[in-house]
Amino acid sequence: MDEAQRLVDLIPRLRRYARALVGERAGADDLVQDTLERAWTKLHLYRRGTDLRAWLFTVMHNVHVNKLRAARPTDPLDDAMPELAQRAPQSDALLVRDLDRAIARLPADQRAVLLLVTLEEMSYDEVARTLGIPIGTVMSRLSRAREKLRALMLGHTPPAKLKVVK
Amino acid sequence: MNEAVSEADLQAYVDGRLDPARRAQVDAWLAARPDEAERVAAYRRLSGEVRAAYQAMLSEPLPEGLARSLVRRPRLRQAALAAAWVAFGVAIGAVATLELNASRPGAAQLANESALMARRAAIAHATYSPEVRHPVEVGAADEGHLVAWLSKRLGVQLRVPKLADAGMSLVGGRLLPGENGPVAQFMYESPNGRRVTLYVRQEKARNVETAFRYARERNVGVFYWIDRDCGYAIASSDLGRDELLKVAELVYKQLEP
Repeated sequence: MDEAQRLVDLIPRLRRYARALVGERAGADDLVQDTLERAWTKLHLYRRGTDLRAWLFTVMHNVHVNKLRAARPTDPLDDAMPELAQRAPQSDALLVRDLDRAIARLPADQRAVLLLVTLEEMSYDEVARTLGIPIGTVMSRLSRAREKLRALMLGHTPPAKLKVVK
Repeated sequence: MNEAVSEADLQAYVDGRLDPARRAQVDAWLAARPDEAERVAAYRRLSGEVRAAYQAMLSEPLPEGLARSLVRRPRLRQAALAAAWVAFGVAIGAVATLELNASRPGAAQLANESALMARRAAIAHATYSPEVRHPVEVGAADEGHLVAWLSKRLGVQLRVPKLADAGMSLVGGRLLPGENGPVAQFMYESPNGRRVTLYVRQEKARNVETAFRYARERNVGVFYWIDRDCGYAIASSDLGRDELLKVAELVYKQLEP
């Protein structure tokens, strides 16, 4: 019960992360909704005393990855659905729009790392646990994400090859 | 002092996660390397901008039902619901979730069927709205003929709402195949080329009225509802959810007998 309340308290943070991850509002709220559904049915798997936030963000990560996979055309109805250009909601500030566009152009795995570090201010260890990747991978994805974001916000394309760092 | 500074150190420096001693070393290292210092400063600035850009999400009121639906529903129901969502592949908003949850007999079935209608409407929108030369079969110039023709095929007297208040004018319409017979699609356009489609189908033997619900297929947003003998879905990928809701309300008001 107490976990349910803590889950609810974490919703605004889930929404913020989802909004940055998905790049638009309605899709983000769909992701949050699906994450909460999933979290609620899997709550018995959560181990008391461990980090609920990391657990919840792991659930969101998995739901998101599954959604991305499902979004690929697999049935005839999906084939009938042409891709249309995404447009940012008009109410958003200019900066948010530019950042949305830039963040959307990051590879999905780099985007997740960047946002968990920057928005959630998770430690590198927590990010590694949340995404189920080694900490070295966290650091290299973070580095590449930042360099690409910097280049995109400058209006330049990043150098073709970035040094992979230890 | 001259200890090598790695890229990981620089990232941790950007995030303010180095202990003071190490931070001082990195400071000194950067002082001798203006290019690196500039890069690190840019990362810091971007981090601040990213945080600022999404900060408002934290204090925003939650969408209706998001928290409530989580806390109040028993788990089994939740699992069944999740399965239904997957089965229909439709991203239904919080409102629809609450609808499904209503214990009214047939409510779940009705919600599923109209969610399918929303999906069909989204697909039809995505198919025809990008068309430049052939967006409709019959243009707005022949509106009288269009309405008479589609009314006859659907077996119900249709009316075409005016969306001038939303800055949209009728482009025309077309006939589409639906699950239970022909469906009409009307297309509207704003002067700057933003498009909305209205999908109308006959609801056989169903004297029901539902609330507005919202669904999303990829980047097409859909508001849909059933009003006595017709089901309606208004779809657009050009309008935000709030704008689309206004259009839906406009349509609803005009189609009220």
